[in-house]
Amino acid sequence: MSKHTLSVLVENKPGVLARIAALFSRRGFNIDSLAVGPTEHPDISRMTIVVNVEDLPLEQVTKQLNKLVNVIKIVELDPVAAVRRELMLVKVRADAETRGQVTEIVQLFRAKTVDVSPDAVTIEATGSSDKLEAMLKMLEPYGIKELVQSGMVAIGRGARSITDRSLRAVERSA
Amino acid sequence: MTEQAAAPVPHHAGPEPMTGAQSLIRSLEAVGADTVFGIPGGAILPAYDPLMDSTRVRHILVRHEQGAGHAATGYAQATGKVGVCMATSGPGATNLVTPLADAYMDSVPVVAITGQVSSKAIGTDAFQEADICGITMPITKHNFLVTDADEIPRVIAEAFHIASTGRPGPVLVDIAKDALQARTTFRWPVEPQLPGYRPVTKPHAKQIREAARLLAASRRPVLYVGGGVLKAGATAELRILAELTGAPVVTTLMALGAFPDSHDQHLGMPGMHGSVAAVTALQKADLLFALGTRFDDRVTGKLDTFAPNAKVVHADIDPAEIGKNRAADVPIVGDAREIIADLIVAVQQEQAAGQTAGDRRFDYGQWWEQLNAWRKTYPVGYEAAPEGMLSPQQVIERIGQKVGSDAIYAAGVGQHQMWASQFISFEKPATWLNSGGAGTMGYAVPAAMGAKAGCPDTQVWAIDGDGCFQMTNQELVTCALNNIPIKVAIINNGSLGMVRQWQTLFYNQRYSNTVLHDGPENDGRGPAAGTRIPDFVKLSEAMGCHALRCERPEDLDAVIEKAMSLNDAPVVIDFIVHQDAMVWPMVPAGVSNDEILAARDVRPDFGDEND
Repeated sequence: MSKHTLSVLVENKPGVLARIAALFSRRGFNIDSLAVGPTEHPDISRMTIVVNVEDLPLEQVTKQLNKLVNVIKIVELDPVAAVRRELMLVKVRADAETRGQVTEIVQLFRAKTVDVSPDAVTIEATGSSDKLEAMLKMLEPYGIKELVQSGMVAIGRGARSITDRSLRAVERSA
Repeated sequence: MTEQAAAPVPHHAGPEPMTGAQSLIRSLEAVGADTVFGIPGGAILPAYDPLMDSTRVRHILVRHEQGAGHAATGYAQATGKVGVCMATSGPGATNLVTPLADAYMDSVPVVAITGQVSSKAIGTDAFQEADICGITMPITKHNFLVTDADEIPRVIAEAFHIASTGRPGPVLVDIAKDALQARTTFRWPVEPQLPGYRPVTKPHAKQIREAARLLAASRRPVLYVGGGVLKAGATAELRILAELTGAPVVTTLMALGAFPDSHDQHLGMPGMHGSVAAVTALQKADLLFALGTRFDDRVTGKLDTFAPNAKVVHADIDPAEIGKNRAADVPIVGDAREIIADLIVAVQQEQAAGQTAGDRRFDYGQWWEQLNAWRKTYPVGYEAAPEGMLSPQQVIERIGQKVGSDAIYAAGVGQHQMWASQFISFEKPATWLNSGGAGTMGYAVPAAMGAKAGCPDTQVWAIDGDGCFQMTNQELVTCALNNIPIKVAIINNGSLGMVRQWQTLFYNQRYSNTVLHDGPENDGRGPAAGTRIPDFVKLSEAMGCHALRCERPEDLDAVIEKAMSLNDAPVVIDFIVHQDAMVWPMVPAGVSNDEILAARDVRPDFGDEND
């Protein structure tokens, strides 16, 4: 199995997320991570879906996604030619004695401390999965009290945009 | 759906003020819907008021929403137009689930319109509320929830467009009651806004040339034809292609009638109960030329042993079908009619290039010798019934002979369905309606009703089992009251015959819960006439039908003739047949098609030892 990152442009309509999630479960595909949000065009949302499948099922899942009427476009992003980021918020045990060490780790990973209390700090970090994992490993000895992570979002490098042509299609039909 | 995509009569209207309900009926008229099968109820009630005044939309009041759904499917399959059914919210809508799943599996263009509770009540577990969009998401091509009356014309236009184009399928439109009651403005035509829906119909020229080249070079090809050819209206093109190349043709259960059964190049139906010639031709082929078909498990048997030496050309309108079950050497995405038309030209070019001596393009001589030998040695046939009893195959075969190939036949699901597929000669498109993918028992009567409503001048016969008949026979009331005189032949063996056949073959003749005419203490070995519970003659008469019974072979012709002569009401014939008849040939589930049995314990000799 290998991880694939799909960028899916969908119509910004109610129920679209449910259709996509239902399709994955019905056809027996696993979603590693999923992130949804608006794009530069109000009628279009963009999903970044990370799936863990072989090439053949990937082709099938892409084709099945394409059959959904609300799906406008699907692009598989090559990990080398794309910027991929996740957001993490983590609450770490830190008292007066250890706070300095924790903030040092935060700086090393170019993360941010967003909340402090006498015995904990909350850290905000963005980056690739690898970077976030490495930071977590460093923080673990201090005691992780709470952890929340977003799905991955990704965008291709270079000047080209995957939304250009789709936007025209949407505008035409509007 | 090239043929039926003919746009409705241009219709310009509005802006006109009216209610959402009126706008719905006007939209249905504008899109060309002439028949709606349905039942009113609370949430859909506003729509039924203007429906009463419509002179262009005929509403047929069914007795159960499942009947409305299958009727819409039968109507669509017989006429090539979009079938329409209507139901109220909650249980009305959920009763449509089975026919929608059925239409989805068989790619039938159906639009279901359901009432929904008022938009303010959605999500509150209101009376008769069901999330029908959520429920039908995996069994519809698309569905819509409408809460704004202004959207009604556009959504109806989009629903019919989606249902009938590309790979056809069912679309559900769920409309909140307050949207039906609200004031709105009706305008027509409306432009669909579907930026994500662009079915590819035009095939790629390079793939077409490659397919023709493979066909020319192959020595053992089979044209493996599926329901997509019927839906694309490509039967005339198919015949030209077949005769031009001389290649053998098999038609799947969904494609019966796409190529004449009587044609010399037709080998029959492939699959679990296909002919030995058709099944074996696919197994031994060096090229599968698949047109509008999806390598269903009932055709392929155990997939990894299916047609092991064949290259595959796979043409389908749905790209997701290509490579789903079997990898394709030449994938072609497009409308079957355009594909076959282009193939004809490409084949002619190949033939023109092969005019030199010794060129073996399209040389299938040896292949035909083998095919003809299989065909001759293992014809589809049946054993005679015990003395004095009717055999089900004989009944169905005789109906086919007497009624002819112009009639429409609808079957339920089970043994009688397989026998109908084997022993009726299908010569024309849109004459065979059945539930192929979903295998929905009870499909026949309502589907026949829908077909007859759409084609009133054509004889429509339901070939039904006694098990199936007991699931949906209430629609005979609808037929009787609405002048829809269908004929129903109940192939009454007193049991769930196909399940019983499996119990005979695979469960040591332990007939668990397959006896229909007697209580659980009887194993079904009593007299075939059984208890006559229910008495299908009395039941049918109670529903306003003519009813006949036939128990002896010598009465068969007279009873069929009598049924054909009665046209003022539906006719039901209770054919009492012997209960031990089995469907042959058969490929047992989960094994290779090489293991086909021509009859019980008879494995054809393919000369494998010499291979």
